[in-house]
Amino acid sequence: MAWIELENITKTFGKVSAIRDLSLQIEKGEFVAILGPSGCGKTTLLRLIAGLEVADKGKIRISEEDVTFAPPNVRKIAMVFQNYALYPHMTVFKNISYPLFIKKVPDDEIKKRVNAIADSLKISLLLDRYPQQISGGQQQRVAVARAMIQTPNVFLLDEPLSNLDAMMRIEARSFLKYLLDKIGTTTIYVTHDQSEAMALADRIVVMQNGIIQQIDSPKDIYDKPSNTFVASFVGNPPMNLLEANININSAQAEIGSQYLDIKESILNLHKFPQNGRVYLGIRPEHISIYHESDTNNGSTLEGEVFVSEPLGFETIITVILGEQQIKVIKFGGLNNLKPGEKIKLQFKKNKIYLFDHETGYRINEIQEEDNEY
Amino acid sequence: MNKIRFSGAVNYIFLSVIVSFFIAPVIWLFVTPFSSSPSLSISLGTPTLSNFSSVFKDPAAVYSFGNSIIIAVGVTLLTVICASLAAYIFSRYHFKGSNFLIFILILFSNIVSGTAAMVPLYMLNISLGLINSYLGVIFTIAGGGIPTSIFILKSFFDSIPKSYEEAALVDGSSYSQMLLHIFLPLSKKGIIVIATLSFISAWGNFLIPFILLSSQSTYPASVTIYNFYTEMGLPNIGLISAYALLYTLPVVIGYLVVNKVFGFSFYGGIKG
Repeated sequence: MAWIELENITKTFGKVSAIRDLSLQIEKGEFVAILGPSGCGKTTLLRLIAGLEVADKGKIRISEEDVTFAPPNVRKIAMVFQNYALYPHMTVFKNISYPLFIKKVPDDEIKKRVNAIADSLKISLLLDRYPQQISGGQQQRVAVARAMIQTPNVFLLDEPLSNLDAMMRIEARSFLKYLLDKIGTTTIYVTHDQSEAMALADRIVVMQNGIIQQIDSPKDIYDKPSNTFVASFVGNPPMNLLEANININSAQAEIGSQYLDIKESILNLHKFPQNGRVYLGIRPEHISIYHESDTNNGSTLEGEVFVSEPLGFETIITVILGEQQIKVIKFGGLNNLKPGEKIKLQFKKNKIYLFDHETGYRINEIQEEDNEY
Repeated sequence: MNKIRFSGAVNYIFLSVIVSFFIAPVIWLFVTPFSSSPSLSISLGTPTLSNFSSVFKDPAAVYSFGNSIIIAVGVTLLTVICASLAAYIFSRYHFKGSNFLIFILILFSNIVSGTAAMVPLYMLNISLGLINSYLGVIFTIAGGGIPTSIFILKSFFDSIPKSYEEAALVDGSSYSQMLLHIFLPLSKKGIIVIATLSFISAWGNFLIPFILLSSQSTYPASVTIYNFYTEMGLPNIGLISAYALLYTLPVVIGYLVVNKVFGFSFYGGIKG
C-alpha cells in the first residue's frame, strides 16, 4: 500500500472546480513535485493533503490511515508555506520550537533540538531575532527548520523558493535538495517552476485545470511528454509546437508552405488522424542551423531570424517559419545572427514528436539516443 | 507683494478667531478648577485646590465615579468579547449574506439607534426587568457599540494573513491553542483599540444612564455632574469644573493610548 493515497478527489470552490476526480499514490520516502501554472489546483491539492481544505468527494490516506476529514493537527505533517508564515510576535527560536512546545516536549530537549537544527541550517546566530529582522533567505531557512524539527509523515512545501531572488533561489534549491535527501522524509513539493521540479523531484506530477496531465520521472516528463500541455510547459524554452499536415505516402510534414521529411517508421506504427493534422513538436536543442558546408543533406526548413538572445553559454534564436515562430538553442560561443537574416534549420529526426491536433495527445513513441538528422 | 502679505494676515486673523473659539473651553476646563473664584470666564485668581476637596467631600460625586467605572468596564468587556468573536467569524468564514448582515447591523446601530430608539429601548428594559440596573445600561450601550466594533475588528482581522493560523494548525496546535498562542497576540492591537473606544464611549454616555437609571445612587459621573446645583438652584461652577476635569482625565488618557496604538503598521513573518 502506498504511503499517501488520494482516491478520486474532487474539490470545488463555488462554481470553480479546483480538483477533478484526481487519484495519486506516493510511496514512502519519495520526493514528488506537483508542477503546473497558477490556478491549476496544485496548491489546493497540497492543502487537501495538509487538511487545510476538505475534499468534496474522495478519500485521502496517509500511512494507511483515513484522514479525509481529519483536522491538520492530527495528520503528523509539516508544511513550509509560500510566504513562510513565521509568527511575527515570536523570536526565531520560539518559531522553530513551536511544534515541540505544543507537544509539551521538555524545555531542555527543545533547546537541544532547536540548536541542532539551527546549526545544520546555519541560522544559530539568528535565534534571538524576530522574523521581520532577518532576510528572505533566512526566513526561508527558519520556515524549513520549523517544519523539520518534527518527524512528520510527510513534508509539504508550497513554492518555498518563489519569494527569493534568482541568485538566492538556485542556492536555496541545492541546499534544499541536499537537506531533503539527507532526512529522507516523504516530500510533496508544489511549484510552477519546471526547473525546480526537474532539479529536485523523483517524480513529477504535471497538472492543468485540476487534472493530472502526466506523472513520470523528470527525464520521462522531459523526453516523453504525454501531450502538448506537458511539452509546452516543461523545458526552458519549452518545446516548439508547429501546426503541420502529415502526408503519409510521402512521409513528409507540411509546415506552412515547406515540407520536412520525417521517419517513415513513425508513420507505419501508428494511426494518424484522418486529415493528417498534427502538432509537430521539437525541442529547441534538437534543432541545428544548417550550413552549406555540412555534409549530411537531410531536409531543411528555411526561416528568417526574428531575434537572437545570447545568454553566454547558449544563444536562443527565435526564427520565423511562415506564420509560425520557432525557438532554437545554439550552444557554445556567441552567435552573430542578425534579425532578418535567412537561415536553414535541421531537426533531429528521432526527436520529432507528433501530437494529435484535436486532443493534444502524443501519437508517436519516442526512441532514445538516436541523433540522426 | 503687499497684497499677498495682506491676505496672509487676514488668513491668520481668521484662523486665530476659529482656534480661540475651540480652545477657550479647553483652557477654561484646565484653569477654572484651580480658581478661588470660579466663573464662566477664564480667570485663575488665587490658585487653590478647594474645588477638588469639595468634590471629594460630596459622597454622590465620589461613588458616581465608581458607577461610571462599573458601567464602562462592563461595556468594554461585553463589547470586546462579543465583537472579537463575531469579527473573527466574519473575517474568516464567508457565508451567504455575511456582508449584508454587517451592513444592516451598522446601519441600525449607528443611524437608527440613539435618541430615536430611546423609547423602545426604555420599554424593552422595563419588560426585561433591567430598568434602574447597571446591567440594563451596559447591555444598551454595548448593543449600540458592538456592530461598529465588529466592523473595525473585522477589517483589522482581515489584514492578518490566514497562513499564520494555518501554520499553527499544521504545527500541531488545536484550534483553541492556535487562537490563544497565535491569533490573540497578533490581534492584540486591534482589540486594545476596540476596548479603549468602547470604554470612552461608555464613560461619556449621558443619555442612556440618564433615562434608564432612576435612583441617584446608581448614577454615573456623566449624570451626576448634571445635578450639581447650589441650594438656590444655580450651577455650582467650582464643583462642576473640578468634577469635569476629573471626569475628563480617563478619556484623555484613553485617547492618548488609542493614538499610540493606532500608529501601528503590520510587520510580520510574511514575505511580500
